[in-house]
Amino acid sequence: MRSLGEQRTLADRIQRILGLSALAGMVATVWLGLFVTPPDQFMGDLVRLIYIHPPLAWVAFIAYGMNFLASLAYLWPRTRDLRWDQLAGSSAEVGVLFTGLTLVTGSIWGRPAWGTWWTWDPLLTTTALLFVLYLGYLALRRVPDDPELRARRSAIAALIAFLDVPIVYFAVLWWKSLHQAPTVLNPTTHKTYIHGSMAWTLLLGFIAFTITYAWMVMIRYRLGALEARVLETRITSALRERQLEGSHE
Amino acid sequence: MVRDALHIARKDLRIEWRTRITAFQVIPFAVVVIVLFGFALGPDPARLENAAPGVFWLAVLLASVLGVERSIAIELREGAFDGLRLAGFDPAGIFLGKLVALSAQLVALEVLLGVITAIVFQVSLASFWLLAVASVVATLGIVAVGLLYGVLLASSRVRETLLPLLFFPVIAPVLIAGSKTWQAAISQHVSAGLGWLELLAVFGVVYCSIGIVSFGPLMEDL
Repeated sequence: MRSLGEQRTLADRIQRILGLSALAGMVATVWLGLFVTPPDQFMGDLVRLIYIHPPLAWVAFIAYGMNFLASLAYLWPRTRDLRWDQLAGSSAEVGVLFTGLTLVTGSIWGRPAWGTWWTWDPLLTTTALLFVLYLGYLALRRVPDDPELRARRSAIAALIAFLDVPIVYFAVLWWKSLHQAPTVLNPTTHKTYIHGSMAWTLLLGFIAFTITYAWMVMIRYRLGALEARVLETRITSALRERQLEGSHE
Repeated sequence: MVRDALHIARKDLRIEWRTRITAFQVIPFAVVVIVLFGFALGPDPARLENAAPGVFWLAVLLASVLGVERSIAIELREGAFDGLRLAGFDPAGIFLGKLVALSAQLVALEVLLGVITAIVFQVSLASFWLLAVASVVATLGIVAVGLLYGVLLASSRVRETLLPLLFFPVIAPVLIAGSKTWQAAISQHVSAGLGWLELLAVFGVVYCSIGIVSFGPLMEDL
């Protein structure tokens, strides 16, 4: 019992450190992004979106990668453990949230910069499809069932979804480029215009959002573990009540 | 594995032959979808010709959900899956057998639907072999994904509502590639269609492989 208690305080401490660094990173990003860095020569204040939009997309990418790796770890017989399933689920939830935010911030950027809320650009289309793919995955996870069964089912669904991403990307890439002059938005061309304080702010944004991701996944993971334990306790106490009822008769 | 697959495929096709669910329910449904799209798009011939490939593949995808649903449902009644397992069938064989049977039914649907689309939407189907190969390859990919999700959801009570949400985003590339191949065939740019055919083939190979490997573990849950 004692070791369990110690473990919990250690996890608590890590969570608090992560949370505080995430908060500090966010505050610094906001301060640098809104007040310190200069507005862009052509885009004005609009450029400030670049400090959050790419980091959001980056976190979504890490989240799905983590989901895929954790699902593989669950499917691999030697490392099969329900904790991997819990991690996969937590990561996917945060991933869907960040994909949604990526789409929203992208739209807010696109309206003044390109004159439209939405364009059928390969990156945008893939991101939108990614959002729906993992929304389905989360819906599947919500279906109540035996934990082992649900874990195996979810892990295979995660595999199906993740392997679809490159195929989708190439499909939409060719879909646009075969019949239309290539107007592909190249993210690297943006970076060449970034100097000094802007580059540092962007880098800080990446770090701050990554820490925030780790913090959110950790909270979600521990919450999931607590939920599982509550369920277990309820089942045992219900069983005990039944047994007592039986012995009275 | 191959022998098991042939047994299962023959069984599924015999069930279809006796019940005629695909012939009398799924195919008419696909035709209705085509006609409704005609209403939605209006009678302008140029617009219809442009939209024809996409409409055709959307109708096929919508019908394929019904096909998958049916293919899983016949195994769930009266413990048929348990029976197959007890009889010692290889899970990969069961997957391949069901894949072949359902694909054959869908290809039959596509032939009929293709002719109807060509007539109603006033397009001429040139480059026949490209259309035929692309349709068969695309169908195998669609059915592989469908069966995977079908058996994944077989034991849950929300199968009917969850299957389309999981199924359609994954097969979005097939819709794109299938439509593009058909467009290439109609406008007789065969070389443009070949690239798309490759994409369809990659999709089919990836999901057939996942199906062969994971059907065993998935069937344990039923």
